[in-house]
Amino acid sequence: MWPLIRGTVSGIVGYLIGALLATVTTSSTFSGEFALVLGFAFGLMGWLFGIGMWNAWGRQWVGLPTKSEDADGWRRYFRFNTDHKVIGGQYLVTMLVVFLLAGLVAVAIRAELASPGQSFFAPDTYNKVMSMHGILMIAVAVAGILGAFGNYLVPLMIGADDMAFPRINALGFWMIPPVAVALLAAPLVGSFNAGWTSYPPLSVLNADGQVLFNVAVITFGLSSILGGLNIVATVITMRAPGMTWWKLPIFVWAAFAASILSLTVTQFFAASLIMILLDRIAGTTWFGAPGGGTALLYEHVFWFYSHPAVYIMVLPGMGVILEIIAHFSRKPLFAYKASVISFLSIGGIGSIVWAHHMFTSGMAQNLEGPFMALTELVSIPTGIIFLAAIGTLWRGKLWFQTPLLLAFFWIFQFLIGGITGIFLADFVTDLSLHDTYFVVAHFHYTIVGGSIFALMAGTFYWFPKVTGRMYNERLGKIFATWFFVFFQLTFIPLFWVGLNGMNRRVGTYQDNLGGVNRFASVMAMIMALGFVLFVVNLLWSAKRGPIAGANPWNARTLEWQVSSPPPKHNFATPPSIDGGPYDYGTVGAATHLSGATEPVG
Amino acid sequence: MTTSAELIEHGHGPSKQRRINQLGLWLFFASETFLFGAFISSRFATTQTETPADLNQALALGLTIVLLLSSISAYMAETANAHDDRRGFKIYTIATILLGTLFLGGVALEWTEALEYFPPGTIYGTAFFSLVGLHAFHVLTGLIALLVILFLGKEGRFGSKDSWPVEGVIKYWHFVDLAWVIIYPTLYLF
Repeated sequence: MWPLIRGTVSGIVGYLIGALLATVTTSSTFSGEFALVLGFAFGLMGWLFGIGMWNAWGRQWVGLPTKSEDADGWRRYFRFNTDHKVIGGQYLVTMLVVFLLAGLVAVAIRAELASPGQSFFAPDTYNKVMSMHGILMIAVAVAGILGAFGNYLVPLMIGADDMAFPRINALGFWMIPPVAVALLAAPLVGSFNAGWTSYPPLSVLNADGQVLFNVAVITFGLSSILGGLNIVATVITMRAPGMTWWKLPIFVWAAFAASILSLTVTQFFAASLIMILLDRIAGTTWFGAPGGGTALLYEHVFWFYSHPAVYIMVLPGMGVILEIIAHFSRKPLFAYKASVISFLSIGGIGSIVWAHHMFTSGMAQNLEGPFMALTELVSIPTGIIFLAAIGTLWRGKLWFQTPLLLAFFWIFQFLIGGITGIFLADFVTDLSLHDTYFVVAHFHYTIVGGSIFALMAGTFYWFPKVTGRMYNERLGKIFATWFFVFFQLTFIPLFWVGLNGMNRRVGTYQDNLGGVNRFASVMAMIMALGFVLFVVNLLWSAKRGPIAGANPWNARTLEWQVSSPPPKHNFATPPSIDGGPYDYGTVGAATHLSGATEPVG
Repeated sequence: MTTSAELIEHGHGPSKQRRINQLGLWLFFASETFLFGAFISSRFATTQTETPADLNQALALGLTIVLLLSSISAYMAETANAHDDRRGFKIYTIATILLGTLFLGGVALEWTEALEYFPPGTIYGTAFFSLVGLHAFHVLTGLIALLVILFLGKEGRFGSKDSWPVEGVIKYWHFVDLAWVIIYPTLYLF
């Protein structure tokens, strides 16, 4: 606990210094916006140095020897620990907690929407609540799979002892707590009500809480950039002998493609939020029409990140699902190379489709056709991923455990998300669907389907590896089915109310939609209740579950060839790789790890 | 970015660690390019190629020359360090720091004029102060990093046996210079 106390104290001291500096040098008051920004910046540095960055890293900048902050036992999770498995675990637990929190906020939203009029929240409060739900869930989708499984598994799967930059890895994780503190402290200074998208002019004019939102999300972006940098560098430089590019497990490729995106385009989100801060604090006029600026600029800069961000969320999900489908079908992955090329081209094409979010924004009309065509082009590589999944399942020897069940649900969910996306990519239909609940239902199908279902599937699949114990299969299947069924019952009605003109981001709606909304609200609450099963299953099994052994799934990838949980530096001797990761049932295939016994399958 | 400590952590040879560090630094530059790219494209999106007549062209040209010269001295410092020439390393690093500081001083002078002619409340001023400010912040971080290697290098800590910290900082300095080579025509030369 000592590093946490150290970090908290130096974080608070840093905040006070920064805020004081702002008060002294400018006309900002101590609780003014500039003081909030400078205070956060200094507080962040103070926190990071205090939690262990100073000892593990900073000391060498002044010529002192560094001291490792690593520890053993449960304590290592509360320190500046550089072991990628510890960091993966930190991400997984943090993101699941944030997910459950944001889910509770969603229940509050559905409670308000259970009846057409205003029942619990004033209009402005409603917007603050839905903004909080939005940004927390976006954070989970961005950093859930990539932060947890990306960190935990990429080094294991490629036969490395750790990430390329272990300390940058720890730094990236420990930036998250200040982000959470700033977001949760925002209600003290008026909260933020402009949605997670934070469009100006509202985001330039609203309460000071918006400033905390901006600095928090910029910091979260920096963490995401550093994480992406680390995964890219790790995959390029740290592969074990024999682990050629075409032998990488498909999840590694997916994490690699998503990491290239988060390394690059995230800077545009930072830029758009910095512009808002400059407009608010430094008196610039990027988005102020009187000075010659334009709010439209924000949408371009913002969506240049935030559309590819969808692929930062979904690509790792695809990787997890293909991984699970191959191992539970006991077959080589169908169209492996085509899937890899699809991942990379989804990232590439996905970076030039952003303006399909802006068909009703008043942007130049001659851009609408090209952006529609490019958007629909993404469905080709995405379709190849579906074909790879179905082709692998085809005549496979299916082993219906919870991960595979969730993978089936994933395919259904993402299919619905993809099909409904066509109507939104087509600007003619989008003109009437924009900003309705049709959009809300669509992106919940793609993001919950594409990212959260994969996060759940991966949590079950790798649970025995991380904890060394097996989860409860029956409880897992009940949870998975529960989540899936009540998700459909919640969100299919929302397509319908959207088609009937119910607007998003407003707490009230037309009287005639009350019945359907009440139904969706009740179903949403039952869905939320189902997560009790998830939490109970994982907590109980982590302590009491049967010992799983090194390779309960008889899978061929490298992470299953070491003990559960894996030893500190992963491999006693550096592994060397002969066969491919999915050579199930292939006659004469060498084992994946030379010297390991051929798994029974 | 990272130095000898990670060598011990990984237990692989110095040449491999150096390759990893170099890749990491270049990936960082790729990422930073997007940040500068966002602001540069926003300058053109809002103001097209408008350049006010009040811009101090002579000062800007002078600043550009100062920064380019600092890249040469930074290169000399890196080479001197790689050849274990401690005196040369010290002299050229100090020269780089002085040129960088001169650049920042020039920017400060330019800002006092700019505040009068095109304050941040105008759209060109918005682009000007944002871009130059973003770049100046990078110059400042580069100066701090140069001071660190100057201070640590005094005892002959780096040299040819551990040249990565010097190489990394100097590469960053070149990157910041290169960013200015793009920003200068973006803001002044249309």
